[in-house]
Order: sequence, then C-alpha cells, then structure tokens
Amino acid sequence: MIFTQIQRPAMTLGKYAAILFYLTFALFPLYWLLKIAVTPDRLIYSDGTRVWPSEFTLSNFSAVLFQTDFLSYFSNSLVVSLGTAGLTTIFAAGAGYAFSRFNFGGKKIIIAVMLITQMFPLLMIIAPIYKVVASLGLLNSLTSLIIVYTAFNIPFATFLMQSFFDGIPKDLEEAAMMDGCSRFQALRKVILPLTLPGLGATLGFVFTAAWSELLFALMLISKNDTMTFPVGLLTFVSKFSVDWGQMMAAGVLALVPSCLFFIFIQRYLVQGLTSGAVKG
Amino acid sequence: MARIQLKNLAKSYGSVEVLRNINLDIRDGEFVVLVGPSGCGKSTLLRMIAGLEPITAGDFEIDDKRMNDVRPRDRDIAMVFQSYALYPHMDVARNMGFSMEIRGDSAELRKSRVTEVGKTLGLNSLLQRLPKELSGGQRQRVAMGRAIIRDPRAFLFDEPLSNLDAALRVEMRLEIARLHQKLSATMIYVTHDQVEALTLADRIVVLDNGNVQQVGSPLDLYEQPANKFVAQFIGSPTMNVVPVSPAKGGVTLANGLFLSTPHLADTSEAFELGIRPEHIDVVADDGQCLTAVADVVEHLGSDTNIYALVDGLGPMMVRVHGNIATKSGDRFGLRLRAPNAHIFGSDGRALARAISRAA
Repeated sequence: MIFTQIQRPAMTLGKYAAILFYLTFALFPLYWLLKIAVTPDRLIYSDGTRVWPSEFTLSNFSAVLFQTDFLSYFSNSLVVSLGTAGLTTIFAAGAGYAFSRFNFGGKKIIIAVMLITQMFPLLMIIAPIYKVVASLGLLNSLTSLIIVYTAFNIPFATFLMQSFFDGIPKDLEEAAMMDGCSRFQALRKVILPLTLPGLGATLGFVFTAAWSELLFALMLISKNDTMTFPVGLLTFVSKFSVDWGQMMAAGVLALVPSCLFFIFIQRYLVQGLTSGAVKG
Repeated sequence: MARIQLKNLAKSYGSVEVLRNINLDIRDGEFVVLVGPSGCGKSTLLRMIAGLEPITAGDFEIDDKRMNDVRPRDRDIAMVFQSYALYPHMDVARNMGFSMEIRGDSAELRKSRVTEVGKTLGLNSLLQRLPKELSGGQRQRVAMGRAIIRDPRAFLFDEPLSNLDAALRVEMRLEIARLHQKLSATMIYVTHDQVEALTLADRIVVLDNGNVQQVGSPLDLYEQPANKFVAQFIGSPTMNVVPVSPAKGGVTLANGLFLSTPHLADTSEAFELGIRPEHIDVVADDGQCLTAVADVVEHLGSDTNIYALVDGLGPMMVRVHGNIATKSGDRFGLRLRAPNAHIFGSDGRALARAISRAA
C-alpha cells in the first residue's frame, strides 16, 4: 500500500522519546547487573550510584568460574532446560496438531481440564508434588525437575502450538494428500516446515521458563551437585554477607545461553513464512 | 482417463443433510460443471469425489470400481483448490513436481516433466521462484501445473478462478478450455459463476439445497429449464417471472393480455410465466401489446438493457440487441415472444412441452 505520511517533527520526536524511555526502563536492571559484575568488591559501596565504576575488573568472573560450583550449576540448568524444552515441544506439537485438525470425543473436556491446571498457584501443589517425587525416589535428581517442568508447561505450549497450526491453511495438507502423501507425510513434508516459527517460539518460551524456575528446584533439590543455576545463585548469599560481585557475574553468565538460544531460533520466529500459500 | 459414477450419494453432518440422492454418470473425458448458489453443497460433493470428505451413503465408482473408502492418495485424482494451496516453502518447480517426489520418481525425470508442463503453461521462467513471489494468475497456473504433471485419471477444480480479477478470469477460463481439449481428460469443475459453467461445460449439473435440480448441456438448461430455479439461475440478465392464470391454448397475464402458447401441451396448471430479457421485443404501441415506461437504461454497446416498469405487471428486464435510442422515462410497447416463454406450475416445475427444442 502506498500512502503519504505527513511528517510532524514534534510527533516524531515524541515517538523516539517514548521508545528511548521504554528501552531505558527495560534495560537498566541488566545494565546495573553488568556494572556491579565488573566493579571490584571493595568499591561496591563506596562507588555508590556512579554510572560506571572507577575501577574495572574481571576478577568476579574468574572467581565465579574457577572457585565456585557455578559450572556444575550451569550445566545442570542446561540439561534441565534443554530436556524440558525438547520434551514439552514434542508433546505440545502433537497435542496442538490434534486439537487444531481433528474432532474427537472429549476434546472440549480435555481443553477445559488443561485450562484448569493453569488456574492454580504453584505454591498450592508444591507439597503433593514433593510427596509424589519423594515416593518415586527421584528427589535430588534432574529427571524429577524435567518431568515436573514438562508437565507444567505442556498446557500453555499446546495452546501456543495449536494456534500456530490453526494459522496453516487446511488446504495445504489436503493438497499434499491429493498429491499422494499419507497424513503423516503431509505433516512431515508440508506442515512441519511451516510450523518452524511456532516450534521455535515454543522451544524458546519453555527454555526460558525452565531456565529461571526457582520454586520447584529449591524444593526438590538439596544436594549441591544437582543444583540448578537459580538455586546455586542462592549459595552466594552466606549467613553474614552477600557476595554481590560474584552473584552479578554469575547472573551475567547465566544470561548467555538464553541470548544464544534466542539468536539461534530468531530466524524461525520471523513471521510471513506461509505467505504465498493461498490467496493473499 | 476415467468414467465416474455417483449412485444415490448422500452426505450429512450429524443430523444436517447437505446432499441427498445424487445420481450422476460422468463419461470418460467429459467436462462436467457443478453449479449452484453458495451453500448448495457443490464443493462438498467435489470433496467427496476427491476423498477429502467421507461419503455418508451411496456408492462412488471410478471405472466401475467402488472407491468410497479409498484414500485420496490412491484415487489418482488431481485437484485444483480455490486458494491454490501452493506449498509456500517450495519453489515452483518443487511445487509442481511434488507428487512425483512422493511417488519416488528420479530427480531427472521430475525435471524433464516439470519443464515439459511448465512450457505449456508458460511457467519455465518462474521455476525457481517461491509462491509468494508470484502474481495471482501465475499461482493459478502453478496450481494447474501441479495437477497436470501427475497425468491423473480425473481433474477436480474447486472454484479455481474466483480469486482472479475479471480480465484474468476470462483468460484462465480459455486456458482451462484449451487444456481440456488437449488432455481430453475427465474434469469436474465447481463454480457459482454461470458464465464459467455455460462456457466450459459439456454438461452442467445445477444443484440447490443439496438436490440436483437439472443435468444437461448448457443449451438444454438455457432453452428448457426443468424448473423456475434453473430458469432463473442460468442466463444473464436473469429471466423475468410474472404471475399468470391458465386459459384455453395459452395463459392470461395479470393485466388481462392473452398469450398463446402452442409449444406447451397443457397449460391448465399454469401459475407463472418466465421470459428471458432477450426474448422481449420493443415495439410501437398498437393496443395489442404490453405498455411500459423505461426506468433505467444501460447502454452496453452491443446490447441495451432496459429496466422497464410494465403497466399492470410490474418491473421487467428487457434486452435489445444493438444500441437503441430509448432513454429513461420513455414509453413504449413490449411484445413477448410466445414460443420462448416458459410456464411454471405452482410447485415451480416447468410445464411439459408439446414438441421438442426444434419448435
């Protein structure tokens, strides 16, 4: 569409000011995280609210990496988050496809039940979950976390995937079936490639949720060697002091996989992959 | 190539019956058009033939083999969708060759076949493009190419031209007609556009409300519609219908004028008269004809359409060949060509004719 836009300097300025304000507001905590992480311990209080520390150091990072169990927490978190994201996405894709394409008995009830599971605060079910996990002998194992996270993320992820499948015209599958595909072939060769943005979004969403989960990890894990990163972060708080510098450095490092993950999937997140399929 | 038979075919969704008692024998190589207003079940019928919609009752046969429960992939029928349904992540060549890819044909064979079909459709310069980089007409052509390449037993078209603009629609219509001549394949075509139906079909099936209203050649439907629905659906502008009462050897119009109808066997059940706009002549008022005043006059160049308010009868549409000088507000006489008049009973059925079309 072609249309002329009347340029109003005041409006343009206002727009940029609003964007700038928003960005500052959103990114300032991250900046502060980074700033404290590169500030030497002895300057944390004396530097006060200076925007950039008077002395720059990477010692917090090396301390975190080599003198604490950070790497073990980190790899535990990675295992749990990737496992959860992978499992959840597989289940959610299957369920979402079924909800989107098939009519079967009890469909409405299942959807309603899945919605209900999302209504309760997690705190309410922590005790029963603990009991179940304990009697299965899975306390202090990463498996227990993967199972619990997967169970809690599936409903939302399913609805997310369903909406992505709903966005793909049914005609495409039918055309594939007329072209000689079985339903499964049509799914694999036509629908799946078009659902990559949806799979990417679901993977990303579940990964971040699992990566930063604290409550269950705190309850189900008490041994140092199976602690995930958010629990491990608490070990920087000792009885008498908080090691701010190392804590922030660990925080910065913990952001890395999330960032990498989103850089990796962002190309699947771009919309418009299905454009040109049908009239448009 | 294939002969397709529908025997007492029916379709219902739960308790809602959308199609009933569909009987149709489509000869090998025939071009059959299913036509009807939206919601008449024509697309559903096509999808049942394709295998995309289960058949509730009756038999569907291809070459005398019952195919009711055969999967779409095994029916060897190609379908062109209204939305084109091109695979957006594949280029034109792969879109066209997809069925061969699934069948396991070699890349070499696929390529030569794609080029061959692409040549007939003028697509060879576009083979590397993605669907989103094509215009509507080009997408339509790719969708057709995808169907042709398989050399299927029959082609199904589901309103393939309805997404194109008027000029392109005429062009693609011609192309489909040519395609049918060239491939002489069995084709079943769904449309709500009667012009497409009349121009393309060997036989037209008029559907309304889940029932077949009439099956016949385009001229049959135009000249001898079986009922009022078909009469008004086929032909443009629409046939005029006015109430009449039976009279000896003809009918009497509401304004008292007698019309002799020797081409009808018996007019005792006459209830309404249908006359096409092109079968009404504008004449000088001689006291023996209808009189009317022109409400709106459309000059189309080749024809003149007059929306006339006929005294004692109400509005009627008149189409005069050529360009005449009538303008809005003019008074003139009208004469109905009695042999072209259709008389319908109170149930809407056309009354039986005494002699056939030749008269």
